[in-house]
Amino acid sequence: MTSAPGLWTITRRSLIKDLRLEWRSKDAINSMLFFALLVVVIFSFGFDPTAEESRRIAGGLLWVAILFATVVALNQTWTRELRNQVLDAYRLSPAPPQALFLAKTVGNFIFVSILEVLMVPLFVVFYNLRSVGPVWQLLVVALLATWALVVNGTFFAALSIRTRSREIMLPLILFPISIPALLAMVDATTSILTGDNSPVFWMRLLAVYDLVFTTVSLLLFEPVLNAE
Amino acid sequence: MGEAQDQPAVSVRDVVRHFGRFAALRGITADFAPGQLYVLLGENGAGKSTLLRVIVGLLAPSRGTVRVLGSASIRQVATRFGYMGHAPLLYDEMSALENLQYFAALYGINDRARCENAIRTVGLDPILQRRVGQYSQGMRQRISLARAIVHGPELLFLDEPFSNVDVRSAKQMTRLLATMRDQGTTIFVVTHQAALMEPVADQCLVLDAGRLVARENGIPPRLLTPYLAEERAALQRPVEAKL
Repeated sequence: MTSAPGLWTITRRSLIKDLRLEWRSKDAINSMLFFALLVVVIFSFGFDPTAEESRRIAGGLLWVAILFATVVALNQTWTRELRNQVLDAYRLSPAPPQALFLAKTVGNFIFVSILEVLMVPLFVVFYNLRSVGPVWQLLVVALLATWALVVNGTFFAALSIRTRSREIMLPLILFPISIPALLAMVDATTSILTGDNSPVFWMRLLAVYDLVFTTVSLLLFEPVLNAE
Repeated sequence: MGEAQDQPAVSVRDVVRHFGRFAALRGITADFAPGQLYVLLGENGAGKSTLLRVIVGLLAPSRGTVRVLGSASIRQVATRFGYMGHAPLLYDEMSALENLQYFAALYGINDRARCENAIRTVGLDPILQRRVGQYSQGMRQRISLARAIVHGPELLFLDEPFSNVDVRSAKQMTRLLATMRDQGTTIFVVTHQAALMEPVADQCLVLDAGRLVARENGIPPRLLTPYLAEERAALQRPVEAKL
């Protein structure tokens, strides 16, 4: 007889599995990269800002581009669980549902972080960006903001997985609920780039948002996974 | 004899399942003793797969109760049963061994040798590096069976395990199921290929329009005949060639 496995063991195994699947298919990364790249290039042709103006608008452009690109990746994450009805095998196993959610969220966090690492240098070049405030704060904002996007996104992507038009449904649910986080990440980034205000309030808001939505998503994921 | 041995492996009471206004199951009541091999027969849409999905908890009954291994909560006995569905429930981008190692880990098993053994048991080579997506349909079915049995379940639910499997492999799978039954596993097989299961079936159940209409020991010839007759008639029917 076998025993029920632990949360962290299954989270780790599911994360490794997701990274392996993504490495082999490159579904999420490729679509995210192309999408974000297009947004950056089109915006750079659409505006011709001065250095000062760039600092004011870059936060908004960057996070909106990442938010849109993230949605593309989020749909891919769960679509591969629907192929061959693999999700049923997980649902029938004794593995904790929360482990699957955590693995997907961490996996998406890694994919979006890779996207950011590739996109930020492009932004710096296209918009001739120089940060007035401390750069390390940008790193903290990026970590908190990325988690805010993926934790919500992973949860709502799971919620919309069985709907017929899930590609439309996900942004419809995700964008309104992400507005407080989007506001915080844009304002925190702009504050750091311009050096005008302290970003601490916005960083705290992001941290609280992350904490609340991670907890709520973990608590509600089991009924979402087992919904018919 | 202990109480556990007297208790049915599966017990369904007045189970009804609706999909919208369509009733897929209409009040099914039955007890299934442990250590037996049950074959579920019936035409397409009779409710065989739905009954299996309700028993394993993939679908909730609209009415009625299901107890599996004495428990009303299927999650409590999740380590003790295996399920093979219509779809293979495997990741196309991973090899057979990678798939099995992942699914075994969900049951707390981190033993590569056990996964390799399960693949060998269904007649495939665990060293095969090809991804499951590149396998033939029959090979996928066999890997799917290996996935369902890798954790050594007491109870096994198989939905159309022989579809797209060649006759030799299907017979090999049937022998494996008979061996597992002889070792005490309770097995449910939904199939249209009644003749394949005839030598090993302990009981057969016939569903029609969501109702359990017959329950027999073994598979009597009168239940084999309609299927064989249908197959023969289909083969003898002239095919109209339109050029």
